[in-house]
Amino acid sequence: MIKVQNLAKVFGTKRAVDDVSFSINRGEVLGFLGPNGAGKSTTMRMITGFLPPSAGSVTVGGFDIVEHPIEARRLIGYLPENAPAYTDMTVYGFLHFTAEIRGLRGEARKQAVNRVVEMCFLGSVLHQSVETLSKGYRHRTCFAQSIIHDPDVLVLDEPTDGLDPNQKHEVRQLIRRMGEKKAIIFSTHILEEVDAVCSRAIIIDRGKIVANGTPQELRQKSEWAGAVTLRVRGVASSTVTTKLYQVPLVKRVTVVDEKDGHVTVRAFPKGGANGALAQAVGEAAHEWQIEQLQAEEGRLDEVFRSITMPDTAKEGA
Amino acid sequence: MNACRNVWTITKRELGAYFTSPLAYVFIVIFLLLSGFFTFFVGGFFERQEASLVRPFFDWHPWFYLFLVPAVGMRLWAEERRVGTIELLLTMPITAWQAIVGKFLASWLFLALALVLTFPVVITVNYLGHPDNGVILTAYVGSWLMAGAYLAISCITSALTRSQVVSFIISLVVCLFLILAGFPPVINVLEQVAPRLTDLVTSFSVITHFEGFQKGVLDSRDVLFFLSVIGFSLFTTSVILRTHRAG
Repeated sequence: MIKVQNLAKVFGTKRAVDDVSFSINRGEVLGFLGPNGAGKSTTMRMITGFLPPSAGSVTVGGFDIVEHPIEARRLIGYLPENAPAYTDMTVYGFLHFTAEIRGLRGEARKQAVNRVVEMCFLGSVLHQSVETLSKGYRHRTCFAQSIIHDPDVLVLDEPTDGLDPNQKHEVRQLIRRMGEKKAIIFSTHILEEVDAVCSRAIIIDRGKIVANGTPQELRQKSEWAGAVTLRVRGVASSTVTTKLYQVPLVKRVTVVDEKDGHVTVRAFPKGGANGALAQAVGEAAHEWQIEQLQAEEGRLDEVFRSITMPDTAKEGA
Repeated sequence: MNACRNVWTITKRELGAYFTSPLAYVFIVIFLLLSGFFTFFVGGFFERQEASLVRPFFDWHPWFYLFLVPAVGMRLWAEERRVGTIELLLTMPITAWQAIVGKFLASWLFLALALVLTFPVVITVNYLGHPDNGVILTAYVGSWLMAGAYLAISCITSALTRSQVVSFIISLVVCLFLILAGFPPVINVLEQVAPRLTDLVTSFSVITHFEGFQKGVLDSRDVLFFLSVIGFSLFTTSVILRTHRAG
């Protein structure tokens, strides 16, 4: 549904988005990750046609966003960053207006408004002015606006920002449910959301895509993927590390914790260990009293940091 | 017809926005008080002993509008930019033109309402004498066109900034130029300094073009002047909005 090709955006001398390409099909939920200022919002603004691209193209449902902006925008529902809404209107008036501008009239409009009010739990504030709403309600009002015409494509810029944990959960459920029939792209910097909602994730840093894959694949990139945590009793940490270094698959061993006679160490695998490390470590440790032996999954936050941190650090230096 | 519907949707929303805030009521009350005060006290409506509204009433309009129209127009785009709703508006399936025209139309209709509410003056003058109501009507049309020209200029300045105050001040200054270019004291000075330029400069003035309407003459050149100021200003607004987004 969405096809982004070699997209770039230059502000003055700064390349905010640099040669970004990806595509999203119906039934996919794409998580768009990246540190602040990485170019997430700029990319989304170009997908929705708010900003014209400096180079490259975006097509939505086969319509180029620059050549056929009206047709393309009809297919898109957009939740901008910070969820803006007309503060002088009531929630009902605002939704009514957005439905009308989306071409919904009469009975269809009434139904559309009722549907999103129910979906986003706005019933209790329906006749309140947007100005007086709490942040969570305001956010949901803008979210309701984005799905009012039941679009095929949803572009959501930080849809859970500023919500309390319950509301976050609700919104994620909603995104996941809608993701079965629509093409959704949403940006976030909360990594647990990627696991909870996305079928695929892209990490962007300083305008460039640095990783693209399913959450599972991304986790594999982590040093943690396939690492083994071992806790034993009554052995010195130096003995444990020396012994583990003799295991061929082990690349590195770190001592996590040592107290009251317990030692916790973590062994990281060499490339190609393919999950066989736990077995090997277990064998090496068989003569000790093992309290815990656990194979780790990769960790997204660690992948995220390892991919985006070095650059940020370099910039600071 | 879709385009008209989109424009009308925007216009309705904007008109609603005027009347949900106190701005509309404050504006109308001040406009009516000012026009009443100037007509009857400063303009000397009774002392003139003529059944005419031209001098005591319409003569003041270019000056009222100088302050009041930028106050109506200042929020049009500045507020959208400040709150961020411009991002919603311009990603809806409408063209930027439809949004610009819709917003302009809403404010213009609002000004028309304020103007219509001055009808007691017309009743008064008809009660006291036998004025030429045709002249009064053309003068009203001219006044409305002039307000439209001021308003379109306020659209430009509003699109330039996030701050309503800055927008207000800039458009006030620009409109002041349009008035002064035809203001007799300025023309007198100009005639002595650069007599050749006088005609050119005065032809840019709203006062010069409003004059005809006040005499009851509906000159196509005057109508065209105001319409082209409106058209040009709205076009400039669209260019500003586009370049602002282009970064």
